[in-house]
Amino acid sequence: MINENEILETMEMFSNQHLDIRTITMGISLMDCADGDINRSCEKIYDKICRYAGRLVEVGEEISRKYNIPIIHKRISVTPISIVAAACGSDDYTPFAKTLDRAAKACGVNFIGGFSALVHKGYTKADKTLIESIPEALATTEFVCSSVNLASTRTGINMDAVRDMGRIIKATADRTQDTGALGCAKLVVFANAPEDNPFMAGAFLGPGEPECVINVGISGPGVVKHALEKVKGADLGIVAETIKKAAFKITRVGELVANEASDRLGVPFGIIDLSLAPTPAVGDSVARLLEEFGLEECGTWGTTAALAMLNDAVKKGGIMASSSVGGLSGAFIPVSEDEGMIAAAMSGGLKLEKLEAMTCVCSVGLDMIAVPGATTAETISGIIADEMALGTFNNKTTAVRIIPVPGKGVGETVEFGGLLGTAPIMEVNNKSCADFINRGGRIPAPIHSFKN
Amino acid sequence: MKDDKNTAVITVLGQDRVGIIAGVANLLAEYDINIINISQTIMDDLFTMIMLVELRDIKIEESDLSERLKSIGDELGVKITIQHTGLFNAMHRI
Repeated sequence: MINENEILETMEMFSNQHLDIRTITMGISLMDCADGDINRSCEKIYDKICRYAGRLVEVGEEISRKYNIPIIHKRISVTPISIVAAACGSDDYTPFAKTLDRAAKACGVNFIGGFSALVHKGYTKADKTLIESIPEALATTEFVCSSVNLASTRTGINMDAVRDMGRIIKATADRTQDTGALGCAKLVVFANAPEDNPFMAGAFLGPGEPECVINVGISGPGVVKHALEKVKGADLGIVAETIKKAAFKITRVGELVANEASDRLGVPFGIIDLSLAPTPAVGDSVARLLEEFGLEECGTWGTTAALAMLNDAVKKGGIMASSSVGGLSGAFIPVSEDEGMIAAAMSGGLKLEKLEAMTCVCSVGLDMIAVPGATTAETISGIIADEMALGTFNNKTTAVRIIPVPGKGVGETVEFGGLLGTAPIMEVNNKSCADFINRGGRIPAPIHSFKN
Repeated sequence: MKDDKNTAVITVLGQDRVGIIAGVANLLAEYDINIINISQTIMDDLFTMIMLVELRDIKIEESDLSERLKSIGDELGVKITIQHTGLFNAMHRI
């Protein structure tokens, strides 16, 4: 029998340390929903999503009750819409977004990801149409998330797309200014986007993925922080060991839930993504976890080193626990969704430049960063270009989810509510990079990508 | 990782008082739920009882059982949770 301490430790993790299954995300291929007629295509999409994901929420709740563990979100990811929509010849893909929104509502999920395009080497006509449809699509839907892959280590960086996405992000902010530019919180650009990521806003089902699959995202910065509190002052080897053990246990919960969901839904299990994904709740912060290493405030010297070690130890613990670790798996450092990051950004100690350095070693990138509404499209493209370069040249996933909030300036905040939290508007270096961005073209793939 | 045994762990935490074990055990007996093991201690003034129970052939839906335990916990002023053993095996055994 399992001993008492193990049982009490588990209970403590769920009740006081915010361990949760962050999301069960069902990936559904829409490859067979392409049609020359846009209405017909949308109809097929709606029917297919409802057919596959109709029981997703119910099954999530059953599992949650069986193990008495919180399963926060049930979500859906689909084939990038630019691929499915290409056949219809329309010059506006907003109807596809509206269809996804309706399907999400019918299934009771709270986000659906995949209003996406993969343009790391170039645009198809459909990719171009999809990207131009993003502002309208995000302004007229509630649950749809959009992502665009702009770069990869194997292909380099599509700088035409980087330039365009700066403009699209600005347009999305303007179209959704009534809600503090909420549309931008549902739009992310990637380098080396994983095709099986269950986390929003970047979830989509890549072209190499099966017909239907269950991916599970699990989180627990609080559990790791609690474990570190017990080894105060110990050397960093012991800290690494402690993080690995905590990550192992967390990942096992994810695998258990993923297997159970897969069995009950009759859908194969894909991956578990163990990501330390913070929420605005106190005790669920990655910044506070980094501070537990011995830093006065997240963002001070030593933060990047601590984050590098944390991210690596999380991956190692996760990989030992399951052979199906995928997605992003590491530490997320969104600003608005993390109580400690918000505090550090407000105190002025955590700046955009430091966050950029941190993204070299975390699992994603510049995430949920609010900047002044006056920031130009070219400057946003410049921020994206730098982040894409970090991902492309370091052979890792990076992303940018940036929110230029219309009418707001440095020192103000924008409130999104719920898990998206509160974002302090951060200062941006406004020296122009317009001539660089407007060159367009492609930054060639790095030399170390030629491995064939 | 799958569990082959259909068992669950019931945990009762709270202020000690008369009738906690009786209350829980009566409820379980009502639905033909066999208790395999019980351990009970007082930790830092906190009444802590851990029960291992068998869920095979029981006369109640598992989700309803969880609700019934919660409400009896409210009556007794303690927190009662039931969790399938698979969870603990997954987390604590390689």
